[in-house]
Amino acid sequence: MTNYRTALKDARGLGSAKGGTGDFWLQRVTAVSNILVVAFLVYTAVHLTGASRLDVKTYFSQPIAAIFGVLLAFSISVHMRIGMQVIIEDYVHGFWKVPLLLMNTFFAVLIGAATVLAVIKLFLGA
Amino acid sequence: MTGAANYFGSILLAAWLVSAAMGDQPFDAVSSFLGSPIGLIILFGYTWSVMHHMLGGVRHFIWDFGYGFEIPTVRALSWGTLLGSLTLTAVIWVSAVSHWGAAR
Repeated sequence: MTNYRTALKDARGLGSAKGGTGDFWLQRVTAVSNILVVAFLVYTAVHLTGASRLDVKTYFSQPIAAIFGVLLAFSISVHMRIGMQVIIEDYVHGFWKVPLLLMNTFFAVLIGAATVLAVIKLFLGA
Repeated sequence: MTGAANYFGSILLAAWLVSAAMGDQPFDAVSSFLGSPIGLIILFGYTWSVMHHMLGGVRHFIWDFGYGFEIPTVRALSWGTLLGSLTLTAVIWVSAVSHWGAAR
């Protein structure tokens, strides 16, 4: 159906979604924590370049490496979920917006959960 | 731009760790892909993208705190981000290649 109302008329009176400030702040908190965990990732990647699977297991059997591995998973998955949500909200309108927002959250949670589980399994040496 | 690239780059990170947790065969499969010419190109791009995104983020923090809005400063920050990300990427890759297999 053709909508003759202006975009401004549609938006007026709705108020904000109320969640914006939280995401804004969380994106900056995780931006800072990402610097720390990416420093760990760079060290890890350089250290484990050309490494065997046993080397990787040995490396992640160290508690400090496992802790940073879990923090890395949380920090980047939260940050990338908010970042992609903003991209979708800015550029996608209409039918695909909500499915894409859902897929974005599922993707971020999947990456985070898989990485955490992998690090825990490597830490336990299983 | 780099954020979206990093978003999909995270698949590489997850695949590498998950394959290491799974077993020798998956790990060898992922390792040989990442070590192939196309894998190395993707990894190099991922490294640069993450470094550029990180320095771009630092630049935004400087702006968030109210500094660096003068045009010469904006230009310097912009070039600094680019040169910095290229430098960091080069340092990381030179270190990685010189540490090849050093973990064992």
